[in-house]
Amino acid sequence: MNTPTITSRWTACGESILACRWILPFLLVVGGILSFVIPSQGLLNNYGQLILATVGINIILTVSLNLVNGYMGEFSVGHAGFMAVGAYISAFLTVKFFPYGAAPFYGFPAAVLAGGIGAAVLGLIIAALSFKTRGDYLAIVTLAFTMIVKSVLENIDAVGGALGLRGIEKLTTLPWVYFWTVSSVWIIRNLVYSRYGRGILTIREDEIAANLMGVNTRQAKVLAFVVSSFFAGVAGGLFAHQLQFINPSMFNLIKSTDILVMVYLGGVGSLAGSVLSASLYTVLLEALRPLGIYRMMFMPLMLILLMLFRPRGIMGLRELAWFVPKRDLDAVSPDAVPPPEIKRPLGNQPG
Amino acid sequence: MPNPSYFFQQSLNALQLGSIYALIALGYTLVYGVLRMINFAHGDLFMVGGFFCFAAATYLGLSFVPTLLLVMALAALLGVLLERVAYRPLRNAPRVSAVITALGCGIFLEHLVLARYPYPQSVPELVHNVTWHVAGLSFSSLQLLIVGLSVGLMLLLDFVVRRTMVGLAMRAISWDMRVVPLLGVPVDRIITFTFALGGALGGAAGVMYSLAYPVVDPFMGVLVGWKAFIAAVLGGIGNIRGAMLGGFLLGGVEIFVAAYYPSTYRDFVAFALLLGLLILRPYGLLGRPPTQKV
Repeated sequence: MNTPTITSRWTACGESILACRWILPFLLVVGGILSFVIPSQGLLNNYGQLILATVGINIILTVSLNLVNGYMGEFSVGHAGFMAVGAYISAFLTVKFFPYGAAPFYGFPAAVLAGGIGAAVLGLIIAALSFKTRGDYLAIVTLAFTMIVKSVLENIDAVGGALGLRGIEKLTTLPWVYFWTVSSVWIIRNLVYSRYGRGILTIREDEIAANLMGVNTRQAKVLAFVVSSFFAGVAGGLFAHQLQFINPSMFNLIKSTDILVMVYLGGVGSLAGSVLSASLYTVLLEALRPLGIYRMMFMPLMLILLMLFRPRGIMGLRELAWFVPKRDLDAVSPDAVPPPEIKRPLGNQPG
Repeated sequence: MPNPSYFFQQSLNALQLGSIYALIALGYTLVYGVLRMINFAHGDLFMVGGFFCFAAATYLGLSFVPTLLLVMALAALLGVLLERVAYRPLRNAPRVSAVITALGCGIFLEHLVLARYPYPQSVPELVHNVTWHVAGLSFSSLQLLIVGLSVGLMLLLDFVVRRTMVGLAMRAISWDMRVVPLLGVPVDRIITFTFALGGALGGAAGVMYSLAYPVVDPFMGVLVGWKAFIAAVLGGIGNIRGAMLGGFLLGGVEIFVAAYYPSTYRDFVAFALLLGLLILRPYGLLGRPPTQKV
């Protein structure tokens, strides 16, 4: 019962707007236009724009971690480490090679891309380690990795050591955040529903059985870790150029825990859940700012209650029709049983 | 040039730090041994133990022994509460849900303490610290107390787990949680007891840490807790003697790296070594790989 339950009722449009697949490209275009219009027309003040950009960055982080922790079923706590690598590489490139205020148009995307690639290379190493260790031991490997990244960065004087890297230009704009957010969700969605993605899912369900079935689990693990860490690196690059200042202790275990919370809040193995929970979590944290110091007590309390009453997160394993390829929606496999609590509408009764 | 007396001094420091790590690591390993789940709030139990110690010494003016006993009792209670809130309702839920509630409880505790004490607090001196000089080497009474007390607690725990009925039941649950209740073992009570034991050890570690490094802050449980967790895994999680070994090993590595190299390399070398060890022995030094049933 661990596969996303997809029923043909989603293909019908009348029931709810969430089921209308044609609305998605329309919304994407509107979002793209808005990402240009909001800053230029000043529809939102700087604070509002900052929150929007943070939402985007958190969506990238959550969706990419969900690939490893949700779809592959591993427990990685090293996402902040990958993010740090991406942030440092991209910030170092823009600070050293592009004069302040005069970065060429290709400078920022190239730097962010380089950050992502740097993080992906390290993801390859973690993937190689994951061949030998699983479960709690792999969690330790990723934990140790985060600590190593942090202490290596603290010892490199070229990037400011423990004091951090200053004077980063504010190059993260809403259109860039939008572009990277949409492409990360799109690419990970395509990966998950591809043949390779099925391989990643089989690792979560039963690795031994997957091997017996001829799934190349090593290839699947490499793919999941590399893609996941690439986007963590990209998110790090965006984060660095938004905050304009980074230091190694920003990318600590508390940051990793934050991303973990967003993944499990949304539901493992649900892209819609990740997008929803990253947005909700970010906005709610900002909205609760008047509570001051009690704000951070409220969030874990909410998380505990959520887990007690909905142990699988907001979305569980369900997926929004928007994120499912059409062929998967149309394919009615014999075991694609609708969830028991939902009655199938009359119009879609078979026969 | 290695100086023998410097080396000896650092060995004492390593023993002190190692015994604190080992005490915390035991809490992780006890819960893991019984429930097969990581108690991610354990580092924060340790932190709360440190703050209880601070409060008992500052507001109640207690001396060392009553403070230690009070803190251990309160931390044990907190451990039991944690099990009730975060683990028991989710025993049949997906494994990771309980991990998340425990993480949530940990974050909640951190910020609860942070709301009360926004700044790090310094702990008053509970034990009068005397330094003896013998043949060019110096011993401080505090170090001896910490190491001696930790080793005593560890021996006591080892005795409880290996030689008593409760310990037998704990090991049995660890072996097979589904069959053991059929044999009349009160599983719930044993699990509660395990959390109480782990909490008490965490509290004791909190007291010792705040004696040795007399400042407590709400986030101290994060780094120390995770390091102790690594120590537990290094020794083979679920293995009590492994946790002790891992704790002393980690303490030794950290102190000696900082003693002979720039201290900023400490975390790097310690974790790189651990990573290397884990690659060579993926299930820890004393752990055995679980048999997989297909």
